[in-house]
Amino acid sequence: MIRYVIRRLLLLVPMLLGLSVIVFAIARLLPGDPAALAAGPNATPEVLASVQREFGLDKPIPLQYWDYLTGLVQGDWGVSIFTRRPVFEDIVTFLPATLELVAAAMLIAIVLGIPLGLAAAVWRNGVLDYVTRTVSLGGIAMPRFFLGLLLQLCFVTWLDILPLSGRFPLIDLPPEEITGFYTIDSLLTGDWYALRVSLAHLALPALAMSLSPLATIIRMMRASTIEVLQQDYIMTERALGLSSRLILFKYVLKNAMTSTLTVIGLYVSWLLGGTVLVETVFDWPGLGLYATQAILSQDFMPVIGVTLVIAIIYLLSMLIVDLLYGVFNPKVRSS
Amino acid sequence: MSLLEITNLNLAMRSYEGETQILHGIDLKIERGEIWGMVGETGSGKSLTGLSISRLIPAATGRYLAGSIRFEGTDVLNATEREMRKLRGRKIGMIFQDPTTNLNPAFRIGTQLVDVALHAAEHDPSVLGLSGNASRRERRRAARRVAIEMLGKVGISDPIERIDAYPHQFSGGMRQRMLIAMAMIGKPDLLIADEPTTALDVSVQAQILKLIHQLVLERDIGVLMITHNLGVVAQLCSHVAVMYRGRILETGPVRTVLKQPSHAYTRALLAAIPTVHTKRGELRGIGDIMAEAG
Repeated sequence: MIRYVIRRLLLLVPMLLGLSVIVFAIARLLPGDPAALAAGPNATPEVLASVQREFGLDKPIPLQYWDYLTGLVQGDWGVSIFTRRPVFEDIVTFLPATLELVAAAMLIAIVLGIPLGLAAAVWRNGVLDYVTRTVSLGGIAMPRFFLGLLLQLCFVTWLDILPLSGRFPLIDLPPEEITGFYTIDSLLTGDWYALRVSLAHLALPALAMSLSPLATIIRMMRASTIEVLQQDYIMTERALGLSSRLILFKYVLKNAMTSTLTVIGLYVSWLLGGTVLVETVFDWPGLGLYATQAILSQDFMPVIGVTLVIAIIYLLSMLIVDLLYGVFNPKVRSS
Repeated sequence: MSLLEITNLNLAMRSYEGETQILHGIDLKIERGEIWGMVGETGSGKSLTGLSISRLIPAATGRYLAGSIRFEGTDVLNATEREMRKLRGRKIGMIFQDPTTNLNPAFRIGTQLVDVALHAAEHDPSVLGLSGNASRRERRRAARRVAIEMLGKVGISDPIERIDAYPHQFSGGMRQRMLIAMAMIGKPDLLIADEPTTALDVSVQAQILKLIHQLVLERDIGVLMITHNLGVVAQLCSHVAVMYRGRILETGPVRTVLKQPSHAYTRALLAAIPTVHTKRGELRGIGDIMAEAG
């Protein structure tokens, strides 16, 4: 088990190395000169040259990559040409906001999706099944940013019970930083005001992001539950008198979880890479917003950094999913 | 009072093409100590008769047009779901055909056995050898002990260690033994075995039949053995019922029926068994024989 985890973690190294080559090449081979953008439209050739020298842009690209790579392993992820801040520090600042958003969205999707999918399968073609099916279809079809706007219209403009955007009121002090997750930090420090405020800010963007994973989890859970319910072993369990509740919540649920788990794992990474739209609509100071600004200004160091971070989280979440397979399916464990 | 009495059972099943009557007036009486073999071709209604006894055919697909099933006096077709659960596992044990698909792959053998034992003990604490007011923990521990005992009884070596293994770690024959253990752990009075040896090879088949025979002798229970294998019937059963197209054509003690079959179909069924002396081209299908008989 531990050897398996170590082997998987070691496999991350060549994957990330390969990815860094590709991302670096694409970022640097794109037309346009970041130094020119940074130096401004009226810069003299001398100024431009000095900016290029400062960021090492005058060297050949393979050499630039080598410099980047050696810096990377030492914790130096390069410097943003625009903000002149180290990329690593920026990522540490912005990543928790995005992770908190994704975690909240996934939490909503899992906590609602699994029981709803289960219920839709048990009462197949019932009212609940039709409602969830319709909502699921809408949830998958509707773009997240549009849903975000709808939620803002409903909960902010009409009902006026939730804040429009941001992560915390500008005039207030966020909770003392421990994990960087405002909700968890305020819980840890016992700051109930901060908890309430950060939850209120988190609610709408998390809801907007949760709808499509929620819809998929419901559909997946429904389908796999129906399949499991038709298995011979469920008939045996019924024939030997076990109660429907025990059969459903113990014997069916664990079997039905395997395929749903795959979807959950995929969605974590999908949401991470796609927070941009929701973060833009809700002005959420996360990685997506940071990456967009970097892309628009051809500030390639942050782009590469963010890409690598998302890749690492993606690969780690896949590893966790693979380990969880073993929990739900003992056959996987032994092989 | 008979252990099981089925009278004039008529069952219709619904499908997209409409309703079709499957069982036509089934009559069957099983007493303790009798091992009934129910033989017939695929689709003759053997399994549906077996499932009906525990009322396991979903109301959405099956409808009983007439008839009754009485198990120790309980009217099965009109009982509440609660009453039925008291019978299932505790009074009626069931074993199904395929041991590879009838054990839940995601759970340890012990978990499934313990749950069945606990369920049976709900209605009869003596199953675990406890009085009615034993605590949850005591019952769990007793259920585990009984499960280990039961695994030993069906011939699993090292039951103390094997009880925590998963189904995929066992061979087909071993898994069928576990299914028998699960069916027998509630000390049922009637065992319904739906083709319990079909998926097994011949030598394992013989072991399983011997095991069932042993359990019947030991506990004086009634058995309904659903099979299409006349060899199994001859080897194990005391009585036999021959089914064809949803009807019971012939019933009686196994010797009488197999030695002097009174119905043409039974003769056809017997003639369809190849023997060492059968020459190539001589073996005839049931269809040919029935066509000749008109």
